[in-house]
Amino acid sequence: MQPAIDNTLDIQRIRQDFPILDQEINGRPLVYFDNAATNQKPLSVINALTRYYEGYNANIHRGIHHLAEQATAAFEASRRAVQEFLNAKHWQEIIFTYGTTDGINLVAQSYGRHFLKAGDEIIISTMEHHSNIVPWQMLCEEKGCILKVIPINDEGELLLDEYEKLLSEKTKFVSCVHISNSLGTINPVKFIIDKAHEVGAVVLIDGAQASSHLELDVQALDADFYVLSAHKLYGPTGMGVLYGKKEILDAMPPYRGGGEMIKEVTFAKTTYSDLPYKFEAGTPNIADVIAVKTALEYMAGLGKENIAAHENDLLQYATEQLNELDGLRIIGQAKDKIGVISFVLDGIHHQDIGVILDQQGIAVRTGHHCTMPLMQRLGIAGTTRASFAVYNTRYEVDRLVQGLRRVQKMML
Amino acid sequence: MTINEKQDEIIEEFDLFDDLLDKTQYIIDLGKKLPPMPEAQKNDENRIMGCQSKVWVDAELKDDKLYFYGDSEPTAQISKGLVGLLIRVLSGEKPEDIANADLYFIPRVGMGNLITSLRAGGLASMIERMKAFGRAYTEKSHS
Ligand SMILES: Cc1ncc(COP(=O)(O)O)c(C=O)c1O
Repeated sequence: MQPAIDNTLDIQRIRQDFPILDQEINGRPLVYFDNAATNQKPLSVINALTRYYEGYNANIHRGIHHLAEQATAAFEASRRAVQEFLNAKHWQEIIFTYGTTDGINLVAQSYGRHFLKAGDEIIISTMEHHSNIVPWQMLCEEKGCILKVIPINDEGELLLDEYEKLLSEKTKFVSCVHISNSLGTINPVKFIIDKAHEVGAVVLIDGAQASSHLELDVQALDADFYVLSAHKLYGPTGMGVLYGKKEILDAMPPYRGGGEMIKEVTFAKTTYSDLPYKFEAGTPNIADVIAVKTALEYMAGLGKENIAAHENDLLQYATEQLNELDGLRIIGQAKDKIGVISFVLDGIHHQDIGVILDQQGIAVRTGHHCTMPLMQRLGIAGTTRASFAVYNTRYEVDRLVQGLRRVQKMML
Repeated sequence: MTINEKQDEIIEEFDLFDDLLDKTQYIIDLGKKLPPMPEAQKNDENRIMGCQSKVWVDAELKDDKLYFYGDSEPTAQISKGLVGLLIRVLSGEKPEDIANADLYFIPRVGMGNLITSLRAGGLASMIERMKAFGRAYTEKSHS
């Protein structure tokens, strides 16, 4: 199968934007295939961080001096950039968080504790990251809500008719991953959202993996909440976004108290700020928020569709090449997937695969990928996962295949 | 051979390889040579916690000396090799020597990441378990 890609990106040029790639690990050139965990950062993002600390480090919103104004402007410009990136209707719908996990916890703790009650049902899926399981379990324990789980087939696709059977007037919340970090499956989230809305449920989409691979439009999706992490879209770590529909966010109580989220505090009573500030207590991660805009600009400069086409080419190529190896089984064969390949090798522990690939300079992820229930469903302890980003090449895929041949030679 | 003589021997053997992969191959081959542990001994009591893969270690006192048995789940060959390496150094020694052993060969064999990061938790637990056997049997062998 020859992918029909008119590859418009000059990958060798792009690689020069990522200084970290130019190094040897254990005497061999680094191949970085752990992009689903976090991808590497281009120089422009690194420079944006440095520029802030060197040039205009100041606390935002409250200061009346020049640097404070400059920092505030850059911070809020980032919010507008994210608004545009997600096609949110209002800038007030963009709340900066510490990441996907933090965003989900915010929704579970604020929306969940306030609006859900005993007996209400929350639906998640079998392929959720622990970040989209544990906050809901905690809520269920506290409030007496009931967690229901959408099953999957052996290819790693959601069983949508089973999902429809789970839905009822008792369903108050659906929280589902857009793209599985373990399998690469792209879920039909538009369908999931529409069906949930038919029974009056509110929907959160975990976009941690989707944000760097797919065009996003929260209005077209009609998502009530959408969460993501900046470090998975060529941006800084410990920084993320919660999108929420304004009318829902307005109705939600703040979830952390402190500076920035208040209008007025007396010892008798506190009144809260408006959106988005009522959810942004304390001094935020200013430099990293600012650098997110740079990361989004970087991706826009390459063109998200070009990035996706390149990654898809790598996915097709790697799938073909890996299938040549005896005893290799790809876990996650969804029709719709991104450049994430999870696999097991007969007779070899994934940990050993990871160690021996690392000795050859190849960075992959091994284990359960924070999706232990998914591994249990698939009846495996873990996988080896190679996940691609824009700077990866077919040559690197060849290195992986050679590396795995070496693993087999050593072990079998 | 004393524990330290065995350690020195292993350091010399590893020095023959300059490639990390060859050293790892050597560890794997050590694991392959390890006699399998009886299934009954692969129980929760003997399981080493902290290993990413399943590993078991047991010990037996014979003529005032402690003999170790170890195994891993069949696919986890590096872990098995590491158990094999520790058994080679510690098995057949006096319990108090095991309890007091300074295992300096580990940083010296130059396994880089293998030992320092990924396996650190598991390897440390293996060593701790073997020394605990040494401590437990020190009294018994003296009584
Ligand atoms: C699908 C998915 N959800 C949630 C997360 C958690 O993201 P973070 O650790 O940035 O909060 C990840 C990260 O691996 C992920 O892949």
